[in-house]
Amino acid sequence: MAFFEGNKMTAGYGDGPDIISSCSINANRGEIVAILGPNGAGKSTAMKAMLGLLKLKSGNVVLDGKDISSATPQDRVKGGISFVPQTRNVFAELTVRENLEIGGFLRDDNLFQMIENIYNLFPILREKNSQIVGELSGGQRQQVALGRALMSEPSVLMLDEPTAGVSPIVMDELFEHIVKVKETNVAIIMVEQNAKQALSISDRGYVLVTGQNKFEGSGKELLNDPEVRRSFLGA
Amino acid sequence: MDFLNAIIVLLNFTIIPALTYGSQLALGAIFVTLIYAVLRFANFATGDMMSFGTMFAVLLTYYLQSKGVSFGILPTALLTIPFAIFMMIFYMLLIDKFVFSYYRIKKSPPVQFAMVSVGVMFVTQAIIRIIIGPTDRRFLDGEKFILKATEFKEMTGLSEGITLKSTQAITIVITLIVVSIMFWFLNKTKTGTSMRAYSDNEDLALLSGIDPKRVVMITWVIAGILATIGGILYGLDKSYRPFVYFNNMLPIFAAAIVGGIGNPFGAFLGGYVIAFAEIFLTYAYKKFITYLVPETLAPDSLLQLLSTDYKFAVSFSILVIVLLIRPSGIFKGKTL
Repeated sequence: MAFFEGNKMTAGYGDGPDIISSCSINANRGEIVAILGPNGAGKSTAMKAMLGLLKLKSGNVVLDGKDISSATPQDRVKGGISFVPQTRNVFAELTVRENLEIGGFLRDDNLFQMIENIYNLFPILREKNSQIVGELSGGQRQQVALGRALMSEPSVLMLDEPTAGVSPIVMDELFEHIVKVKETNVAIIMVEQNAKQALSISDRGYVLVTGQNKFEGSGKELLNDPEVRRSFLGA
Repeated sequence: MDFLNAIIVLLNFTIIPALTYGSQLALGAIFVTLIYAVLRFANFATGDMMSFGTMFAVLLTYYLQSKGVSFGILPTALLTIPFAIFMMIFYMLLIDKFVFSYYRIKKSPPVQFAMVSVGVMFVTQAIIRIIIGPTDRRFLDGEKFILKATEFKEMTGLSEGITLKSTQAITIVITLIVVSIMFWFLNKTKTGTSMRAYSDNEDLALLSGIDPKRVVMITWVIAGILATIGGILYGLDKSYRPFVYFNNMLPIFAAAIVGGIGNPFGAFLGGYVIAFAEIFLTYAYKKFITYLVPETLAPDSLLQLLSTDYKFAVSFSILVIVLLIRPSGIFKGKTL
């Protein structure tokens, strides 16, 4: 039993066809799990299904031994799951500090201590404290997005392509930050396009193809698997 | 001396009235902009909602007067503001629950919302017609003037005087207080920040645990407070004619758009921009110029650019020009 499990999930958008079918993903605290696969494989959909943004046709989602399949996304957020969407993942018109305050909206204690912790994790945010987030660089914004998601002290953090659209240098920096977050005993599930780099920091990975689990294994195993390399890593 | 007289003329006939009228427009424009920022539609019922709130102030003022209650030198109507606000908010939340929330859940497009608000406007007008009727009513009592022109002339020895009506001073002072409190609330409190967050990025606000129902409710409450106060101040200053508020929607929308729709501070300044433009363009400058130029050059005509009947044309032109040239509004700054 893993801490956070999606078991044999089948789901699609509205009345449309199933995007994922019988897809299983799980993660433990203090572990980074990468979801990889070609375009349209259902990576983001699998994540959204685990967050409750779309309804499961079959299968279930379990958090810490409790079946949360019928809980709303808001209730799952309250239950300790945090999500960083791929786009529009910050409040662009608010300051850095206000973004963090909203991230901690449901907290009723230690808000300032938590903001301080986030500043220690992402020192650049302390400097930009009162700046409007819309004026920050792409990499800094992603840090704000991570910081906002961490303010609720989640046990599970889900990241949808955290490095989309940032330069390779910033990407490395962001991955370092994600590893630091993992070390605070958070279960991290991320969807990534940059498969090689993602696997190099991940404990485990799943490769999805047409909505189904195709390969799974530790980061190293997947990186060295000849078939995975040939089909997805381009080498 | 003549130069001073010219300034006094300008102050008395343009600047003081424009500050008053601008304050009234500003309160309406902030209402429009708040509803737009949070609920994402242009509320065509704005004018009649302001009229609706004012109606209760008028009725309660008459009641209090009949019981012999007064507020000393201040208008009795000021005592009725809390009651009028309460009735207004009650009405708006009722409308929201039975009309707007249905379209919100369906995620209807903004145009549909705007059409729905036109329906609300007609219903509101009908209710006002039933309750109080369409006639003109004055409900101002207390001391009418703070400073009369004759007193000012005696005091200064100038040939021109300044008249400061109590309603003008009350309007400007109350507007500044109310608007300051609103900006403090929006920028410094947790609830205000959550409103701005919801306006900026609704999906992420939901993922952060912000309750959309609460945000919508608080928006109606704040907007209701502003609109009621704006409506009462306008009614005290002019008189309460229920359907004049509908006409005021043009300058109010112009103010909101000049300020960048969705931007409350822009809407606040926009109110004054529109008021000053309307009054400066329709004022007859004959007297002002006569003081400034040698007697031989004194103008014969009124020197009035536009007849006051055309004051709405001024708002309308500004509205069109801003939409053509700077649709995002002339003031830089964040939306809600």
